[in-house]
Amino acid sequence: MAIKFPGIGLAKGLWLTLRTLMKRPITINYPKEKEIVVPRARGVIALDVEACTVCMLCARECPDWCIYIEGHKEMQPPAKEGGRPRSRATLDRFDIDYALCMYCGICVEVCPFDALFWSPEYEYSEGSISNLLHDKARLTDWMKTVPTPPQLESK
Amino acid sequence: MSALLDNFWILLVLKVVLIAAVVPGVALVFIFAELKISAHMQSRIGPYFAGGRWGWAQPLADGLKFMQKEDLVPADADTPVFKFAPMVVLMSTIAVFVIVPFSPRLIVRDLDLGVFYALAVGSFGTIGVLMAGWSSANKYSLMGGLRAGAQLIAYELPLVLAVVGVVIQAGTMSLNGIVAAQAAPVFEIGDFAVRLPYLLQGQVIGFAIFFIAMLAELNRTPFDMPIAESELVMGYLTEYSGLRFTMFFLAEYAGMFSMSAIAATLFLGGWYLPGLSLDVLEFAGPLILMGKVSLLVFLIIWFRWTFPRLREDQLQRLAWKWLIPLALLNIVGTAVAKVVL
Repeated sequence: MAIKFPGIGLAKGLWLTLRTLMKRPITINYPKEKEIVVPRARGVIALDVEACTVCMLCARECPDWCIYIEGHKEMQPPAKEGGRPRSRATLDRFDIDYALCMYCGICVEVCPFDALFWSPEYEYSEGSISNLLHDKARLTDWMKTVPTPPQLESK
Repeated sequence: MSALLDNFWILLVLKVVLIAAVVPGVALVFIFAELKISAHMQSRIGPYFAGGRWGWAQPLADGLKFMQKEDLVPADADTPVFKFAPMVVLMSTIAVFVIVPFSPRLIVRDLDLGVFYALAVGSFGTIGVLMAGWSSANKYSLMGGLRAGAQLIAYELPLVLAVVGVVIQAGTMSLNGIVAAQAAPVFEIGDFAVRLPYLLQGQVIGFAIFFIAMLAELNRTPFDMPIAESELVMGYLTEYSGLRFTMFFLAEYAGMFSMSAIAATLFLGGWYLPGLSLDVLEFAGPLILMGKVSLLVFLIIWFRWTFPRLREDQLQRLAWKWLIPLALLNIVGTAVAKVVL
Protein backbone atom coordinates (compact mmCIF):
# COMPACT_ATOMS: atom_id res chain seq x y z
CA MET A 1 0.00 0.00 0.00
CA ALA A 2 1.37 3.37 -0.98
CA ILE A 3 1.70 5.79 1.90
CA LYS A 4 0.13 9.15 1.16
CA PHE A 5 2.03 12.02 2.66
CA PRO A 6 -0.07 15.10 3.36
CA GLY A 7 0.77 17.89 0.96
CA ILE A 8 2.41 15.56 -1.54
CA GLY A 9 0.11 17.04 -4.21
CA LEU A 10 1.63 20.47 -3.69
CA ALA A 11 5.10 19.07 -4.31
CA LYS A 12 3.89 17.18 -7.36
CA GLY A 13 2.42 20.36 -8.79
CA LEU A 14 5.64 22.26 -8.21
CA TRP A 15 7.63 19.47 -9.84
CA LEU A 16 5.36 19.54 -12.89
CA THR A 17 5.72 23.28 -13.46
CA LEU A 18 9.47 23.09 -12.89
CA ARG A 19 9.77 20.29 -15.45
CA THR A 20 7.73 22.26 -17.97
CA LEU A 21 9.92 25.29 -17.32
CA MET A 22 12.99 23.29 -18.30
CA LYS A 23 11.44 21.85 -21.44
CA ARG A 24 11.35 23.51 -24.85
CA PRO A 25 8.10 25.43 -25.36
CA ILE A 26 5.74 23.77 -27.80
CA THR A 27 4.67 27.08 -29.32
CA ILE A 28 6.79 28.79 -31.98
CA ASN A 29 7.52 32.39 -32.90
CA TYR A 30 4.95 32.54 -35.63
CA PRO A 31 6.03 35.13 -38.16
CA LYS A 32 9.69 34.15 -37.82
CA GLU A 33 9.27 30.41 -37.58
CA LYS A 34 6.46 28.56 -39.22
CA GLU A 35 4.68 25.40 -38.38
CA ILE A 36 4.93 22.64 -40.99
CA VAL A 37 1.30 21.99 -41.72
CA VAL A 38 0.09 18.49 -42.47
CA PRO A 39 -0.69 17.94 -46.18
CA ARG A 40 -4.38 17.35 -45.56
CA ALA A 41 -4.85 20.46 -43.42
CA ARG A 42 -7.97 22.47 -44.22
CA GLY A 43 -6.46 25.84 -44.92
CA VAL A 44 -8.21 27.29 -47.93
CA ILE A 45 -10.34 25.95 -50.80
CA ALA A 46 -8.90 26.09 -54.31
CA LEU A 47 -10.92 26.03 -57.53
CA ASP A 48 -10.07 24.34 -60.80
CA VAL A 49 -12.06 26.46 -63.27
CA GLU A 50 -11.63 24.00 -66.13
CA ALA A 51 -13.36 21.22 -64.20
CA CYS A 52 -16.27 23.29 -62.93
CA THR A 53 -19.57 22.78 -64.75
CA VAL A 54 -21.59 25.40 -62.84
CA CYS A 55 -23.79 22.64 -61.42
CA MET A 56 -24.32 24.69 -58.24
CA LEU A 57 -24.20 21.62 -56.01
CA CYS A 58 -21.53 23.14 -53.78
CA ALA A 59 -23.40 26.42 -53.40
CA ARG A 60 -26.58 24.54 -52.49
CA GLU A 61 -24.94 22.16 -50.03
CA CYS A 62 -22.94 24.90 -48.29
CA PRO A 63 -24.39 25.12 -44.73
CA ASP A 64 -23.73 28.83 -44.35
CA TRP A 65 -24.18 29.79 -47.99
CA CYS A 66 -20.81 31.36 -48.49
CA ILE A 67 -20.39 30.30 -52.14
CA TYR A 68 -21.67 32.59 -54.86
CA ILE A 69 -21.89 31.20 -58.39
CA GLU A 70 -23.09 32.82 -61.57
CA GLY A 71 -22.85 31.38 -65.06
CA HIS A 72 -24.43 31.36 -68.46
CA LYS A 73 -24.91 28.99 -71.39
CA GLU A 74 -22.86 29.46 -74.52
CA MET A 75 -23.73 27.77 -77.79
CA GLN A 76 -20.89 25.70 -79.18
CA PRO A 77 -20.55 25.22 -82.93
CA PRO A 78 -21.59 21.73 -83.96
CA ALA A 79 -18.92 19.08 -83.73
CA LYS A 80 -19.70 17.76 -87.19
CA GLU A 81 -20.91 19.59 -90.24
CA GLY A 82 -24.65 19.73 -90.29
CA GLY A 83 -24.95 18.82 -86.64
CA ARG A 84 -26.88 20.54 -83.92
CA PRO A 85 -25.09 23.31 -81.93
CA ARG A 86 -24.47 22.25 -78.34
CA SER A 87 -24.78 24.45 -75.26
CA ARG A 88 -21.97 24.67 -72.74
CA ALA A 89 -22.11 26.21 -69.24
CA THR A 90 -19.53 28.95 -68.62
CA LEU A 91 -18.53 30.20 -65.21
CA ASP A 92 -18.88 33.98 -64.75
CA ARG A 93 -18.47 34.27 -61.04
CA PHE A 94 -17.27 31.89 -58.34
CA ASP A 95 -16.71 33.56 -54.97
CA ILE A 96 -16.15 32.02 -51.57
CA ASP A 97 -16.67 34.31 -48.61
CA TYR A 98 -14.09 33.14 -46.04
CA ALA A 99 -15.64 35.45 -43.47
CA LEU A 100 -18.61 33.06 -43.49
CA CYS A 101 -16.95 29.75 -44.38
CA MET A 102 -16.73 27.29 -41.51
CA TYR A 103 -14.29 24.94 -43.24
CA CYS A 104 -16.63 21.96 -43.13
CA GLY A 105 -15.45 20.78 -46.53
CA ILE A 106 -18.88 19.68 -47.73
CA CYS A 107 -18.39 21.57 -51.02
CA VAL A 108 -15.16 19.68 -51.67
CA GLU A 109 -16.87 16.39 -50.87
CA VAL A 110 -19.95 17.06 -52.95
CA CYS A 111 -18.30 18.36 -56.14
CA PRO A 112 -18.99 15.68 -58.77
CA PHE A 113 -16.21 16.82 -61.13
CA ASP A 114 -13.39 17.39 -58.61
CA ALA A 115 -13.19 21.10 -59.18
CA LEU A 116 -12.66 22.02 -55.52
CA PHE A 117 -9.58 21.10 -53.46
CA TRP A 118 -8.29 21.65 -49.98
CA SER A 119 -5.01 23.57 -49.72
CA PRO A 120 -3.04 23.76 -46.46
CA GLU A 121 -2.28 27.45 -46.99
CA TYR A 122 -3.56 29.55 -44.06
CA GLU A 123 -2.01 33.00 -44.30
CA TYR A 124 -4.75 35.04 -45.91
CA SER A 125 -5.97 37.22 -43.06
CA GLU A 126 -7.10 40.67 -44.12
CA GLY A 127 -7.48 44.09 -42.57
CA SER A 128 -10.93 44.49 -44.01
CA ILE A 129 -13.59 41.81 -43.80
CA SER A 130 -14.71 42.45 -47.39
CA ASN A 131 -11.32 41.31 -48.64
CA LEU A 132 -12.04 37.84 -47.32
CA LEU A 133 -14.34 37.31 -50.31
CA HIS A 134 -12.04 35.42 -52.67
CA ASP A 135 -13.04 35.68 -56.31
CA LYS A 136 -12.52 33.20 -59.11
CA ALA A 137 -9.00 34.40 -59.96
CA ARG A 138 -7.84 34.17 -56.36
CA LEU A 139 -9.42 30.75 -55.86
CA THR A 140 -7.69 29.57 -59.02
CA ASP A 141 -4.43 30.93 -57.66
CA TRP A 142 -4.74 28.69 -54.62
CA MET A 143 -4.53 25.68 -56.97
CA LYS A 144 -0.73 26.16 -56.99
CA THR A 145 -0.60 25.38 -53.29
CA VAL A 146 -2.66 22.19 -53.47
CA PRO A 147 -0.36 19.26 -52.72
CA THR A 148 -0.38 16.27 -55.02
CA PRO A 149 -2.54 13.56 -53.52
CA PRO A 150 -0.66 10.65 -51.98
CA GLN A 151 -0.28 7.46 -54.00
CA LEU A 152 -2.99 4.90 -53.61
CA GLU A 153 -1.99 1.87 -51.67
CA SER A 154 -1.12 -0.95 -54.04
CA LYS A 155 -2.34 -4.42 -53.29
CA MET B 1 34.74 62.58 -1.75
CA SER B 2 34.42 61.30 1.79
CA ALA B 3 33.84 64.87 3.00
CA LEU B 4 30.96 65.07 0.56
CA LEU B 5 29.57 61.78 1.84
CA ASP B 6 29.88 62.93 5.43
CA ASN B 7 27.39 65.72 4.82
CA PHE B 8 24.11 64.36 6.13
CA TRP B 9 21.87 66.05 3.56
CA ILE B 10 23.93 65.12 0.50
CA LEU B 11 24.09 61.55 1.71
CA LEU B 12 20.34 61.52 2.33
CA VAL B 13 19.58 62.82 -1.17
CA LEU B 14 21.97 60.26 -2.64
CA LYS B 15 20.26 57.43 -0.76
CA VAL B 16 16.78 58.60 -1.74
CA VAL B 17 17.75 58.91 -5.40
CA LEU B 18 19.40 55.49 -5.29
CA ILE B 19 16.30 53.85 -3.77
CA ALA B 20 13.97 55.71 -6.15
CA ALA B 21 16.01 54.47 -9.12
CA VAL B 22 16.81 50.96 -7.97
CA VAL B 23 13.41 49.85 -6.65
CA PRO B 24 11.32 50.50 -9.80
CA GLY B 25 14.20 49.21 -11.92
CA VAL B 26 14.34 45.94 -10.03
CA ALA B 27 10.53 45.78 -10.09
CA LEU B 28 10.67 46.00 -13.90
CA VAL B 29 13.18 43.14 -13.98
CA PHE B 30 10.86 41.05 -11.80
CA ILE B 31 7.89 41.85 -14.05
CA PHE B 32 9.92 40.63 -17.01
CA ALA B 33 11.00 37.53 -15.10
CA GLU B 34 7.39 36.79 -14.27
CA LEU B 35 6.34 37.17 -17.92
CA LYS B 36 9.06 34.83 -19.12
CA ILE B 37 8.90 32.23 -16.35
CA SER B 38 5.12 32.01 -16.46
CA ALA B 39 5.29 31.60 -20.23
CA HIS B 40 7.80 28.77 -20.07
CA MET B 41 5.89 27.07 -17.25
CA GLN B 42 2.92 26.99 -19.63
CA SER B 43 5.10 25.78 -22.50
CA ARG B 44 4.89 29.13 -24.27
CA ILE B 45 7.68 31.48 -25.33
CA GLY B 46 6.33 34.70 -23.87
CA PRO B 47 7.34 38.21 -24.97
CA TYR B 48 9.73 38.01 -27.86
CA PHE B 49 9.79 41.09 -30.06
CA ALA B 50 9.95 44.20 -27.85
CA GLY B 51 13.53 45.44 -27.66
CA GLY B 52 15.01 42.90 -30.03
CA ARG B 53 16.38 39.99 -28.04
CA TRP B 54 13.98 37.92 -25.86
CA GLY B 55 11.60 40.87 -25.69
CA TRP B 56 13.51 42.38 -22.78
CA ALA B 57 11.80 45.76 -23.28
CA GLN B 58 8.30 44.35 -22.75
CA PRO B 59 7.78 45.79 -19.22
CA LEU B 60 9.08 49.19 -20.41
CA ALA B 61 6.69 49.08 -23.36
CA ASP B 62 3.85 48.15 -21.01
CA GLY B 63 4.76 51.06 -18.78
CA LEU B 64 4.72 53.47 -21.73
CA LYS B 65 1.37 52.10 -22.78
CA PHE B 66 -0.08 52.66 -19.30
CA MET B 67 1.25 56.23 -19.26
CA GLN B 68 -0.57 57.07 -22.47
CA LYS B 69 -3.91 55.93 -21.11
CA GLU B 70 -6.49 58.30 -19.74
CA ASP B 71 -6.53 58.83 -15.99
CA LEU B 72 -10.17 57.90 -15.44
CA VAL B 73 -12.07 58.63 -12.25
CA PRO B 74 -15.56 57.09 -12.00
CA ALA B 75 -18.39 59.61 -11.65
CA ASP B 76 -19.51 58.32 -8.24
CA ALA B 77 -16.00 57.88 -6.88
CA ASP B 78 -14.65 59.74 -3.88
CA THR B 79 -12.13 61.59 -6.02
CA PRO B 80 -9.40 62.68 -3.56
CA VAL B 81 -9.36 59.30 -1.81
CA PHE B 82 -9.47 57.48 -5.14
CA LYS B 83 -6.50 59.46 -6.44
CA PHE B 84 -4.50 59.17 -3.24
CA ALA B 85 -4.87 55.41 -2.68
CA PRO B 86 -2.21 54.16 -5.16
CA MET B 87 0.30 56.61 -3.71
CA VAL B 88 -0.26 55.21 -0.21
CA VAL B 89 0.29 51.66 -1.42
CA LEU B 90 3.45 52.51 -3.37
CA MET B 91 4.76 54.71 -0.55
CA SER B 92 4.38 52.01 2.09
CA THR B 93 6.20 49.53 -0.14
CA ILE B 94 9.12 51.82 -0.88
CA ALA B 95 9.37 53.06 2.72
CA VAL B 96 10.37 49.53 3.76
CA PHE B 97 13.67 49.94 1.94
CA VAL B 98 14.82 52.40 4.59
CA ILE B 99 15.96 49.52 6.77
CA VAL B 100 17.01 46.91 4.19
CA PRO B 101 20.78 46.45 4.51
CA PHE B 102 22.44 45.95 1.14
CA SER B 103 25.94 45.78 2.56
CA PRO B 104 27.53 46.57 5.95
CA ARG B 105 27.35 50.31 5.17
CA LEU B 106 24.87 50.59 2.30
CA ILE B 107 21.71 51.10 4.31
CA VAL B 108 19.53 54.17 4.47
CA ARG B 109 19.12 54.03 8.25
CA ASP B 110 19.92 51.13 10.53
CA LEU B 111 17.05 51.56 12.97
CA ASP B 112 17.22 49.82 16.34
CA LEU B 113 13.65 48.64 15.78
CA GLY B 114 14.24 47.80 12.12
CA VAL B 115 12.08 44.68 11.99
CA PHE B 116 9.28 46.43 13.81
CA TYR B 117 9.49 49.39 11.45
CA ALA B 118 9.43 47.14 8.37
CA LEU B 119 6.33 45.26 9.51
CA ALA B 120 4.56 48.44 10.60
CA VAL B 121 5.24 50.38 7.40
CA GLY B 122 4.59 47.33 5.23
CA SER B 123 1.12 46.87 6.66
CA PHE B 124 0.39 50.54 5.99
CA GLY B 125 -0.41 49.49 2.41
CA THR B 126 -3.58 47.81 3.73
CA ILE B 127 -5.04 51.27 4.27
CA GLY B 128 -4.29 52.18 0.67
CA VAL B 129 -5.99 49.01 -0.55
CA LEU B 130 -9.06 49.68 1.61
CA MET B 131 -9.12 53.28 0.37
CA ALA B 132 -9.00 52.11 -3.23
CA GLY B 133 -11.74 49.54 -2.65
CA TRP B 134 -14.07 51.93 -0.83
CA SER B 135 -13.63 55.05 -2.96
CA SER B 136 -14.11 53.36 -6.34
CA ALA B 137 -17.90 53.18 -5.93
CA ASN B 138 -17.88 49.75 -7.55
CA LYS B 139 -19.17 46.50 -6.06
CA TYR B 140 -16.19 44.49 -7.26
CA SER B 141 -13.77 47.03 -5.87
CA LEU B 142 -15.56 47.02 -2.54
CA MET B 143 -15.57 43.23 -2.32
CA GLY B 144 -11.89 43.14 -3.28
CA GLY B 145 -11.03 45.82 -0.77
CA LEU B 146 -12.87 44.03 2.04
CA ARG B 147 -11.26 40.72 1.18
CA ALA B 148 -7.88 42.41 1.11
CA GLY B 149 -8.55 43.99 4.49
CA ALA B 150 -9.57 40.67 6.04
CA GLN B 151 -6.65 38.85 4.46
CA LEU B 152 -3.96 41.37 5.29
CA ILE B 153 -5.09 41.62 8.92
CA ALA B 154 -5.27 37.83 9.25
CA TYR B 155 -1.80 37.28 7.81
CA GLU B 156 -0.17 40.20 9.58
CA LEU B 157 -0.18 38.08 12.75
CA PRO B 158 1.70 35.01 11.49
CA LEU B 159 4.09 37.33 9.67
CA VAL B 160 4.96 39.16 12.87
CA LEU B 161 4.99 36.00 15.00
CA ALA B 162 7.28 34.21 12.55
CA VAL B 163 9.79 37.01 12.79
CA VAL B 164 9.77 36.90 16.60
CA GLY B 165 11.69 33.60 16.51
CA VAL B 166 14.56 35.24 14.62
CA VAL B 167 14.48 38.28 16.86
CA ILE B 168 14.74 36.08 19.96
CA GLN B 169 17.63 34.16 18.47
CA ALA B 170 19.51 37.28 17.36
CA GLY B 171 18.67 39.33 20.42
CA THR B 172 18.25 42.47 18.33
CA MET B 173 15.65 44.05 16.04
CA SER B 174 18.14 45.94 13.93
CA LEU B 175 18.41 44.24 10.53
CA ASN B 176 22.14 44.84 10.29
CA GLY B 177 22.43 43.40 13.79
CA ILE B 178 20.53 40.31 12.69
CA VAL B 179 22.87 39.85 9.71
CA ALA B 180 25.86 40.28 12.01
CA ALA B 181 24.38 37.67 14.35
CA GLN B 182 24.12 35.25 11.44
CA ALA B 183 27.72 36.03 10.49
CA ALA B 184 28.84 35.06 13.95
CA PRO B 185 30.02 31.44 14.19
CA VAL B 186 27.60 28.92 15.66
CA PHE B 187 30.47 26.85 17.04
CA GLU B 188 34.19 26.84 16.49
CA ILE B 189 36.72 24.04 16.35
CA GLY B 190 40.07 25.76 16.35
CA ASP B 191 40.20 27.94 13.21
CA PHE B 192 37.27 26.17 11.66
CA ALA B 193 34.07 28.06 12.35
CA VAL B 194 30.58 27.10 11.21
CA ARG B 195 28.44 30.09 10.29
CA LEU B 196 24.82 29.40 9.43
CA PRO B 197 21.88 31.55 8.39
CA TYR B 198 18.85 31.33 10.69
CA LEU B 199 17.05 29.08 8.21
CA LEU B 200 19.60 26.38 9.07
CA GLN B 201 19.65 27.27 12.75
CA GLY B 202 16.23 25.80 13.41
CA GLN B 203 14.03 28.54 11.97
CA VAL B 204 12.64 26.31 9.18
CA ILE B 205 9.08 26.56 10.50
CA GLY B 206 9.52 30.28 11.03
CA PHE B 207 10.70 30.70 7.45
CA ALA B 208 7.85 28.60 6.04
CA ILE B 209 5.26 30.61 7.99
CA PHE B 210 6.92 33.90 7.02
CA PHE B 211 6.95 32.87 3.36
CA ILE B 212 3.30 31.82 3.31
CA ALA B 213 2.21 34.96 5.15
CA MET B 214 4.35 37.00 2.78
CA LEU B 215 2.53 35.52 -0.22
CA ALA B 216 -0.77 36.48 1.41
CA GLU B 217 0.44 39.98 2.23
CA LEU B 218 1.51 40.47 -1.37
CA ASN B 219 -1.86 39.20 -2.66
CA ARG B 220 -0.07 36.63 -4.77
CA THR B 221 -1.67 33.38 -5.89
CA PRO B 222 -2.66 31.10 -4.10
CA PHE B 223 -3.85 33.98 -1.91
CA ASP B 224 -4.99 36.43 -4.59
CA MET B 225 -8.66 36.57 -3.58
CA PRO B 226 -8.65 40.39 -3.35
CA ILE B 227 -7.79 40.60 -7.04
CA ALA B 228 -9.30 37.31 -8.24
CA GLU B 229 -9.77 38.08 -11.94
CA SER B 230 -12.27 35.28 -12.44
CA GLU B 231 -14.55 36.38 -9.59
CA LEU B 232 -14.06 40.09 -8.98
CA VAL B 233 -12.84 41.36 -12.36
CA MET B 234 -9.72 42.89 -10.79
CA GLY B 235 -10.86 43.54 -7.22
CA TYR B 236 -9.85 46.92 -5.87
CA LEU B 237 -7.93 47.65 -9.10
CA THR B 238 -11.05 47.42 -11.27
CA GLU B 239 -11.63 51.16 -11.70
CA TYR B 240 -8.00 52.17 -12.00
CA SER B 241 -6.36 52.95 -15.29
CA GLY B 242 -3.27 54.59 -16.65
CA LEU B 243 -0.59 55.81 -14.31
CA ARG B 244 -2.50 55.01 -11.13
CA PHE B 245 -2.86 51.37 -12.18
CA THR B 246 0.85 51.37 -12.97
CA MET B 247 1.55 52.54 -9.42
CA PHE B 248 -0.41 49.60 -7.99
CA PHE B 249 1.32 47.27 -10.40
CA LEU B 250 4.75 48.61 -9.52
CA ALA B 251 3.87 48.44 -5.82
CA GLU B 252 3.07 44.73 -6.20
CA TYR B 253 6.46 43.91 -7.67
CA ALA B 254 8.34 46.37 -5.47
CA GLY B 255 6.53 44.67 -2.58
CA MET B 256 7.84 41.32 -3.79
CA PHE B 257 11.31 42.86 -3.74
CA SER B 258 11.00 44.39 -0.28
CA MET B 259 9.40 41.36 1.36
CA SER B 260 11.92 39.01 -0.24
CA ALA B 261 14.75 41.29 0.86
CA ILE B 262 13.47 41.21 4.44
CA ALA B 263 13.00 37.44 4.32
CA ALA B 264 16.49 37.02 2.87
CA THR B 265 17.95 39.25 5.56
CA LEU B 266 16.13 37.57 8.43
CA PHE B 267 16.41 33.94 7.40
CA LEU B 268 19.05 33.60 4.70
CA GLY B 269 21.82 35.79 6.04
CA GLY B 270 21.25 38.97 4.01
CA TRP B 271 24.40 40.36 2.41
CA TYR B 272 26.60 37.87 4.25
CA LEU B 273 28.11 34.84 2.60
CA PRO B 274 30.43 32.58 4.63
CA GLY B 275 34.02 32.68 3.49
CA LEU B 276 34.12 36.29 2.31
CA SER B 277 35.87 39.01 4.27
CA LEU B 278 34.11 42.24 5.25
CA ASP B 279 36.09 44.28 2.69
CA VAL B 280 34.83 42.06 -0.12
CA LEU B 281 31.30 42.09 1.27
CA GLU B 282 31.32 45.88 1.14
CA PHE B 283 31.07 45.53 -2.65
CA ALA B 284 29.74 42.02 -3.11
CA GLY B 285 27.04 42.45 -0.45
CA PRO B 286 24.37 43.97 -2.71
CA LEU B 287 24.97 41.24 -5.29
CA ILE B 288 24.71 38.49 -2.69
CA LEU B 289 21.51 39.97 -1.29
CA MET B 290 20.07 40.33 -4.80
CA GLY B 291 20.95 36.70 -5.50
CA LYS B 292 19.05 35.56 -2.43
CA VAL B 293 16.16 37.89 -3.26
CA SER B 294 15.99 36.52 -6.82
CA LEU B 295 15.81 33.01 -5.41
CA LEU B 296 12.84 33.95 -3.23
CA VAL B 297 11.17 35.87 -6.05
CA PHE B 298 11.52 32.84 -8.29
CA LEU B 299 9.87 30.80 -5.54
CA ILE B 300 6.99 33.32 -5.39
CA ILE B 301 6.51 33.23 -9.15
CA TRP B 302 6.79 29.45 -9.17
CA PHE B 303 4.06 29.17 -6.52
CA ARG B 304 1.85 31.59 -8.42
CA TRP B 305 1.89 29.58 -11.62
CA THR B 306 1.46 26.23 -9.88
CA PHE B 307 -1.24 26.56 -7.25
CA PRO B 308 -4.89 27.42 -7.70
CA ARG B 309 -6.55 30.11 -5.62
CA LEU B 310 -7.81 29.23 -2.13
CA ARG B 311 -11.35 29.88 -1.00
CA GLU B 312 -11.93 32.76 1.39
CA ASP B 313 -12.80 30.51 4.36
CA GLN B 314 -9.86 28.20 3.63
CA LEU B 315 -7.62 31.23 3.71
CA GLN B 316 -8.88 32.33 7.11
CA ARG B 317 -8.73 28.77 8.48
CA LEU B 318 -5.12 28.41 7.34
CA ALA B 319 -4.14 31.63 9.07
CA TRP B 320 -6.00 31.29 12.36
CA LYS B 321 -5.99 27.52 12.89
CA TRP B 322 -2.61 26.55 11.53
CA LEU B 323 -0.14 29.36 11.00
CA ILE B 324 -0.72 31.34 14.20
CA PRO B 325 -0.58 28.31 16.58
CA LEU B 326 2.46 27.00 14.71
CA ALA B 327 4.14 30.38 14.95
CA LEU B 328 3.42 30.54 18.67
CA LEU B 329 4.89 27.04 19.11
CA ASN B 330 7.91 28.20 17.13
CA ILE B 331 8.35 31.15 19.48
CA VAL B 332 8.09 28.91 22.54
CA GLY B 333 10.54 26.40 21.06
CA THR B 334 13.03 29.10 20.08
CA ALA B 335 12.80 30.78 23.48
CA VAL B 336 13.34 27.49 25.32
CA ALA B 337 16.27 26.61 23.08
CA LYS B 338 17.76 30.07 23.59
CA VAL B 339 17.55 29.77 27.37
CA VAL B 340 18.68 26.14 27.64
CA LEU B 341 21.53 26.16 25.10
